[in-house]
Amino acid sequence: MSNKDMTIHLKVWRQKDRKDAGRFEDYTIPNVSKDMSFLEMLDVLNEKLVLDSKEPIAFDHDCREGICGSCSLMINGQAHGPEKATTSCQLHMRSFSDDDTIVVEPWRARAFPVLKDLMTDRSSFDKVIASGGFVSVNTGNAQDANTMTVSKENADLAMDAAACIGCGACVASCPNASAMLFASAKISQMALLPQGKVEAAQRASEMVKTMDEEGFGNCTNHAECEASCPKEINLSNIARMNREFFKSKIFSKKG
Amino acid sequence: MALNLDSKIPEGPIQDKWEKHKFNSKLVNPSNKRKFSVIVVGTGLAGGSAAASLAELGYNVKSFCISDSPRRAHSIAAQGGINGAKNYPNDGDSVWRLFYDTVKGGDYRSREANVYRLAQVANNIIDQCTAQGVPFARDYGGYLDNRSFGGAQVSRTFYAKGQTGQQLLLGAYQSMMRQVNKGKIKLYTRREILDIVVIDGKARGVITRDIITGDIERHVSDAVVLASGGYGNVYYLSTNAMASNVGAAWKAYKKGAGFANPCFTQIHPTCIPVSGDHQSKLTLMSESLRNDGRVWVPKEKDDKRHPNEISEDERDYYLERIYPSFGNLVPRDVASRNAKLQCDEGKGVGETGLAVYLDFRDAIKREGEDTIRARYGNLFEMYQRITDESPYKQPMKIYPAIHYTMGGLWVDYNLQSTIPGLHVLGEANFSDHGANRLGASALMQGLADGYFIIPYTLGNYFGTNELSKVDTTHPEFQKCEDKAKEQINKLLGINGTRTADDFHKKLGRLIWNDVGMSRNEAGLKKVISEVQKLKQEFWSDLKVTGTAVGVNAELEKAGRIADFIELGELMARDALARPESCGGHFREESQTEENEALRDDTNFAHSAVWEFKGASTEPERHKEELTFENVPLTQRSYK
Repeated sequence: MSNKDMTIHLKVWRQKDRKDAGRFEDYTIPNVSKDMSFLEMLDVLNEKLVLDSKEPIAFDHDCREGICGSCSLMINGQAHGPEKATTSCQLHMRSFSDDDTIVVEPWRARAFPVLKDLMTDRSSFDKVIASGGFVSVNTGNAQDANTMTVSKENADLAMDAAACIGCGACVASCPNASAMLFASAKISQMALLPQGKVEAAQRASEMVKTMDEEGFGNCTNHAECEASCPKEINLSNIARMNREFFKSKIFSKKG
Repeated sequence: MALNLDSKIPEGPIQDKWEKHKFNSKLVNPSNKRKFSVIVVGTGLAGGSAAASLAELGYNVKSFCISDSPRRAHSIAAQGGINGAKNYPNDGDSVWRLFYDTVKGGDYRSREANVYRLAQVANNIIDQCTAQGVPFARDYGGYLDNRSFGGAQVSRTFYAKGQTGQQLLLGAYQSMMRQVNKGKIKLYTRREILDIVVIDGKARGVITRDIITGDIERHVSDAVVLASGGYGNVYYLSTNAMASNVGAAWKAYKKGAGFANPCFTQIHPTCIPVSGDHQSKLTLMSESLRNDGRVWVPKEKDDKRHPNEISEDERDYYLERIYPSFGNLVPRDVASRNAKLQCDEGKGVGETGLAVYLDFRDAIKREGEDTIRARYGNLFEMYQRITDESPYKQPMKIYPAIHYTMGGLWVDYNLQSTIPGLHVLGEANFSDHGANRLGASALMQGLADGYFIIPYTLGNYFGTNELSKVDTTHPEFQKCEDKAKEQINKLLGINGTRTADDFHKKLGRLIWNDVGMSRNEAGLKKVISEVQKLKQEFWSDLKVTGTAVGVNAELEKAGRIADFIELGELMARDALARPESCGGHFREESQTEENEALRDDTNFAHSAVWEFKGASTEPERHKEELTFENVPLTQRSYK
């Protein structure tokens, strides 16, 4: 087959706004190139919809290189589609075949309400970070960076945890819509570094509390989050978060 | 009205200027800071670090971004690293050398005093970010690791795998969110800036559109800080994010802020080549790859063999051949131009002939696949995902693409534009990179501006200016809001036949062809009239679906493209008015016998600053003369 002649059928979730009930609509796109990204295929469809005076499909996207975490499509029931460690924007049409029908939905989670079509409100993630996902160091406080050493092993583990892009695939693919993988990645990164130790207990406690308040569910070890994570954030971070959380409760000075 | 281009460079030896300036700056009493409000537009490295630092000081900050979260600003995509002059590797680095390299790398079109300050505070950035928990790469002793980058002969680049921008941005974002939690920053996400409100000659607010509801809103403040990024998306295909735009900066220009050196744009040498018409953006491969990758093309023209079948003596490692002392690590503009020259000669590779090879074969042989994987694994994966080819098995194909814009709103030493109270940080200003930016310097500049410069200079602004009491009922807010709504209605009412993207693609091709990697008088004159024609077509044949209420991505795009079209014309005018070559601005009329950029320091050692004179009048070009007292003006040579 040449590069150009796939025909793709889409079932896309259309929802006018937060209140609309929403429904699937069908589209057929001819001449899809295997080198197109999934979002570029949606661009082609949208361009056609506009020319036909129809409303284009709204979806979040920005960097289109897999790092900003904006894109967030449930593709055939899988967060970010069939490829491992791949965001929707980095998914290419070579992963599909001619005449395929693809179902495209937004993230579904109580904490991520749909705003329009495939766009959701993920500001609950920001609130989780705001509650403790930082080191309290004002600008100007820092000493020379090399006065504090960090073992390479811990630095590398911290980096692996810090690679989270905050897309929300973990929540969307979890049957409980839990944000444990997201929160644990930040808690782990900080817990592994001496800079983060001072506030470790408070951080774990506050971030877990905020997760609950924002309506995220609990972890029941399905591991769907890890499987769908485009940055391959490891499940062991959740274990580390749990340790930090228990420590914060057991050794709490507040009693 | 003439622009006030007093750069306010402090007196005295360059090493003492910043210290002296800080001492001479007026301070705002700690308990008075809470009486001042600041609008910060943008949440990338510059805006995020500024918002956090200003809020920590006690100012009331309103932070605006276009994304759904401040964490998604496009600084996040910077891969390679951030410079600092720590000299941890003991290889001869110093603040002076970083300063020297940056002035030279910018081809002597930046302001010495600003660049020196940048080099001075660079080390504080490394300290600050480390303290925030940014997981910089470390060696087995637990100390911070460094690598080398284009345009430098020392290893001064700190990095966090291939995601340095992401990690630095998350550090700034987390500091910001800590202040959001404390109530010192009020966050406005998914907002587009439609106008800058200037009252009694001072910047006092912004008009925004809520992208979700479509509501037009008024926001008042005592000062405005623009950190809205660069304008690379004028080229349509660029490494910028899809929503990166010039809107806020362009509105400021139209309100009287001088726009400096718009033609200084940077073409990055190592991007993944274009694959087809559907392409929506270009992906950069970090310049750090040039540490181990060797750039080559076949010696013979139109050699269509598989690269692995082309033997050693049939390959031309042209950068190593032409520039023996810097080799593959020449600055970006030099590397980009040479790639174009090779392709122009018919030696380009790949289906389009618009690519050169970047080969890791020798590095893998020398250091082993595991070492190379540890250094560049994520970049190699990204490349493979996009192209379906493995860089472990065959060379990467790369081609230059627009990546960064050195030009931007003119600012003085305090980072204030020609509109009092309007400060401009990061890529949005023109400040520190002259005509070419060195690798790992954008992150450095964004964070320098936000963490370590604006917190001082904004205090001085408040301490030395009387600010009248203003709220959003001021008639100027009404006027700006009416104007913004009028433009929206106009865009929705054209009812033509062509989409916003269609116009954007056309504009991008025009600017890329004539205001891209090389420019000449005839082409620039031609493109000015073509862009003017495109502008007319845009305003008579644009098609935008939907309404002003609710989410309308087409309307957003149309507004941005309206700005880009006007900017594109200004870029061409600026390039035309600068017949010399310097850095990323290569005028074919001005080159050495060896095809290197040839500067004209007698006539063009200045920044060009453009003043908006009205929609139907040509803008006026002003100059800020540049003096070089510490880095002698020499022809750049990387041989």
